[in-house]
Amino acid sequence: MTSAALEATPERDEPTGGEAVILGHRSDLELTDDLLAPLWRPWPRLKYALMVTAAGAFALFAALTYTATTGIGLWGNNIPVAWAFAIINFVWWIGIGHAGTFISAILLLLEVSWRTSINRFAEGMTLFAIVQAGLFPVFHLGRPWFAYWLVPYPSEMGVWPNFKSSLPWDVVAVSTYLTVSFLFWYTGLLPDLAAARDRAPTLRRRRIYGIFALGWRGDSRHWRHYRIGYLVLGGLATPLVLSVHSIISLDFAITQLPGWHSTIFPPYFVAGAIYSGFAMVVTLMVPARAIFRLHDVVTKNHLDNIAKMLLVTGWIVTYAYIVEAFMAWYSGNRYEMYTALVDRPRATYAGVYWGILFCNCVVVQSLWSRRLRTSPAALFVVAAFVQVGMWGERFMLIITSLHRDFLPSSWRVYTPSWIDWTILAGTCSFFLLLFLLFLRFVPFIPISELKEMRRELSHRAQASAGGVGARARAELEGSRA
Amino acid sequence: MRDGVVAEFDAPEGLERAFARLTALGYTRLRSWTPYPVRGVVTRLPESLVPWIMLVAGLVGASLGYLVQWWCNAHDYRLDVGGRPYNSIPAYIPIAFESGVLAACLAGFVAILGLSGLPRLYHRVFEIEGFERASIDRFWIGVDARDPRFEDGVREVLEASGALRCAWIGGDAPQQRLP
Repeated sequence: MTSAALEATPERDEPTGGEAVILGHRSDLELTDDLLAPLWRPWPRLKYALMVTAAGAFALFAALTYTATTGIGLWGNNIPVAWAFAIINFVWWIGIGHAGTFISAILLLLEVSWRTSINRFAEGMTLFAIVQAGLFPVFHLGRPWFAYWLVPYPSEMGVWPNFKSSLPWDVVAVSTYLTVSFLFWYTGLLPDLAAARDRAPTLRRRRIYGIFALGWRGDSRHWRHYRIGYLVLGGLATPLVLSVHSIISLDFAITQLPGWHSTIFPPYFVAGAIYSGFAMVVTLMVPARAIFRLHDVVTKNHLDNIAKMLLVTGWIVTYAYIVEAFMAWYSGNRYEMYTALVDRPRATYAGVYWGILFCNCVVVQSLWSRRLRTSPAALFVVAAFVQVGMWGERFMLIITSLHRDFLPSSWRVYTPSWIDWTILAGTCSFFLLLFLLFLRFVPFIPISELKEMRRELSHRAQASAGGVGARARAELEGSRA
Repeated sequence: MRDGVVAEFDAPEGLERAFARLTALGYTRLRSWTPYPVRGVVTRLPESLVPWIMLVAGLVGASLGYLVQWWCNAHDYRLDVGGRPYNSIPAYIPIAFESGVLAACLAGFVAILGLSGLPRLYHRVFEIEGFERASIDRFWIGVDARDPRFEDGVREVLEASGALRCAWIGGDAPQQRLP
């Protein structure tokens, strides 16, 4: 392809070069209508998906009700393994959310152009993942109706939460994360809700989207405050990507258990979180891209970049595993050495240990191949391995450090109960249900941002015949070799 | 904007041209309605106060977050945990930080809406026929009738800049008011 900008791209088919971030020569009107179509079009087959996930969500609430009314003994938890599934799932889910914030906030500040089509999607994922994560610590209390004791409110008892403990930090970090993610997501949605209002086929939908759009008119006065406000919100969400999982890792790191008491935990947890989150982005994006035919806004360039992120974070996680084992040996502490070098690789849960090394460190190396990076099917499979591997990593961290207490007389083996498995599967279902509803009712590709980016790119491409504009042109039309 | 002339463009370049010309002629009460921020218009507007509001809210939030912890654990009910100081600064940082971020973001959201005059479900411009494409692919400019330089000749400037059409919004059009 030559230098004439996007008008030259003849068809809306698969990209030839695979480097473009947006394809096709449609007008803004066609682009908007195409991206709003999933909101109006009937969903004949996805109806069944909604029914299945709703059934799974029902199973989740049934299991939680059973737990709350009967007691925590229904779970496999024992002493010394008191944390078990609830905390594994909590850490796993909250970690998944991190990629969404990473994409929407950090890549926004870095002005990365491949962020634009997938950020709304990833933010939705974040929001729903935090909802799942939030269930676990509350029910793990055993008496979830006392969860409000974590809030400093003036009470008859005259006592306050102990803020020197990392557990109240968690409460504040997670609730802040949920609120900020929601605000950021909703702010970004306003112009697109207005577009949905203005293209809605029926008066009822026009009214509903009109209410949620809050009367957005795209007024120059709106944009003036919105542009800078959205950017600063992104700037504030950025430290949250790093702080939330760091604070959660402190729940572990400030204890004195072998395998937990380690300074590498905050960066290790953050990298793992972004790793599993990008895997979740792939898991959701690949099917959605195929079902809604988003090939010209979610191009192979997007897949390629996400795959590279997986590779980078995968290596950080691998490095953390190596450091963990090395530091245990280097410390000379017999308990650390036992946990990291005997218990994990050679005892009861050895299968989990070697399994996660395979899933998290070996499988991802296939992404060195450019062909696999741009193949949706291959990426989907790798992402599935990463999801399982990252869940297994949290299992290993929590269970192996706990089940061998300091005194051999306290040693116990942990096995999850069927309620544990139901709750885990139920949260996956509930997550998918929320996500399907999001795809059904919310414009999940940022239309306004996409139109703006398309104009910027075509401007930059036209403005300079070579040099500075070359990169913009390449991003626009996919001609970079 | 209550009364005035609005004009529709099919590309942001036309809007930018009209905006630049009217600004050069001394017009100050100009508005635009666009599907995405148009650089030539948004960059000419005065700076937004939103970041300052967020900064103040963030500092207040962080201070309050710290104060609550200090008051609870070091003042009202002195809590000795493992011999750490009652006012244990490092332990109080995470919550203070998160409270600051939370307050700043809440304030930012409210400020974006509040300064934009939202939520406001009805506005006079919605009455203009075809205005619903302002959120899709059309670019509208509005010249307020209260502008000291306002005259009906503004339509010619707009049309010369490439406007598809011009319309009068608001109460009676000036031609009808004058005999």
